[in-house]
Amino acid sequence: MPPMPEQAPLNQPRSKTDLFVSFTFLALQGFGGVLAVVQRELVDKKRWMTREQFIEDWAVAQILPGPNVVNLSLMIGDRYFGLPGALAGVAGMLAAPMVVVLLLAMLFGTVSDAAWAQGALRGMGAVSAGLIAGTGIKLMSALRTNPMRMPACLALAALSFVGVALLRLPLAWVLLCTGALGMGWAWIQLARQAQGEGA
Amino acid sequence: MNPVLHLNMADWLDMFQHFTALSLLAVGGAITTAPDMHRYLVDETHWLSEHQFTSSIALAQAAPGPNILFVALMGWNVGLNAAAGHGGGWLNAALATLGVVVAMLGIMLPSSILTYTATRWAHQHRDNIGIRAFKSGMAPIVIALLLATAWLLSAANNQPARDWPLYALTLGTLVLVWRTKTHMLWLIGAGALLGALGWV
Repeated sequence: MPPMPEQAPLNQPRSKTDLFVSFTFLALQGFGGVLAVVQRELVDKKRWMTREQFIEDWAVAQILPGPNVVNLSLMIGDRYFGLPGALAGVAGMLAAPMVVVLLLAMLFGTVSDAAWAQGALRGMGAVSAGLIAGTGIKLMSALRTNPMRMPACLALAALSFVGVALLRLPLAWVLLCTGALGMGWAWIQLARQAQGEGA
Repeated sequence: MNPVLHLNMADWLDMFQHFTALSLLAVGGAITTAPDMHRYLVDETHWLSEHQFTSSIALAQAAPGPNILFVALMGWNVGLNAAAGHGGGWLNAALATLGVVVAMLGIMLPSSILTYTATRWAHQHRDNIGIRAFKSGMAPIVIALLLATAWLLSAANNQPARDWPLYALTLGTLVLVWRTKTHMLWLIGAGALLGALGWV
């Protein structure tokens, strides 16, 4: 995969309608994890933001309460068009999928118990796990410019992964502990950088 | 059997309030508050049947879009149950829609207002060293959370002798997403097909 050109200018949504339509398409493609689609479309294809910007926004969207992709669409919409943009982003993310899911509820009531339907869901689940993991690995390249440097980033990531995935500790506790570590270390490094520049 | 309800204004307000309270607790997604929704809607008020509750979650996860829409389905079902208490008919659509609006506004408004104000504040102070340290410090952690989510999704299939084709499918998808530009809908479609045929 070719690396992204370093300083090529980013694009922007043309209008609130563009924002709404873009997010509608993203949401309708997102089975079991809209995030992977958002990263692919907004960063790799449309180039509205860099990987670094995306991971920063995603961090904020995930830490704050609420559905994280909805938070993300609100933040991106607000950045370009203020409150109307935020509303357009959230509406795009929710309106069409809501109609789809309500139609499905009216037609079927629930997911079929038939072996083929359950099998299809199992297969889709395995794929969406791969989509999420692949997106995570791809975003690691954004850590190269992190002031903490790569080794510290990897250690911090490993610690968080072990806490959440292997030890199954409550998410809030892991975030609080590793988050404090990460923020503290980043702070020290940023302060050092600033001193170096000042000297 | 679905419950037949007689909900008044106070009941709807109570549901709204309950969801607004959960909204700010939903760190890591609204699904983390599902156990509390179950306690409230199924165990305490009996506004939803067990079956309606679980199928709301299952349907929202199978359908495209953010998983938060399971909350809309729960509101929809509460509305239908309430309409049944009034004899159904045209009230079905009206009360089901009311249920969607009450549940979704409740779960969305507080967290969205918080996100909106917090990110605006952070943007105004984006050169502040604390804000920069937060963003840089959290970056590797949220990447780890993505990998952990994928791990937990896979760990639900815990019999290697039987589930190895699922692991292989996950790994194959991972490589394709990472190294190629294969359209994600093809991947999802392939997974659904392989599963429906009973190959994974």
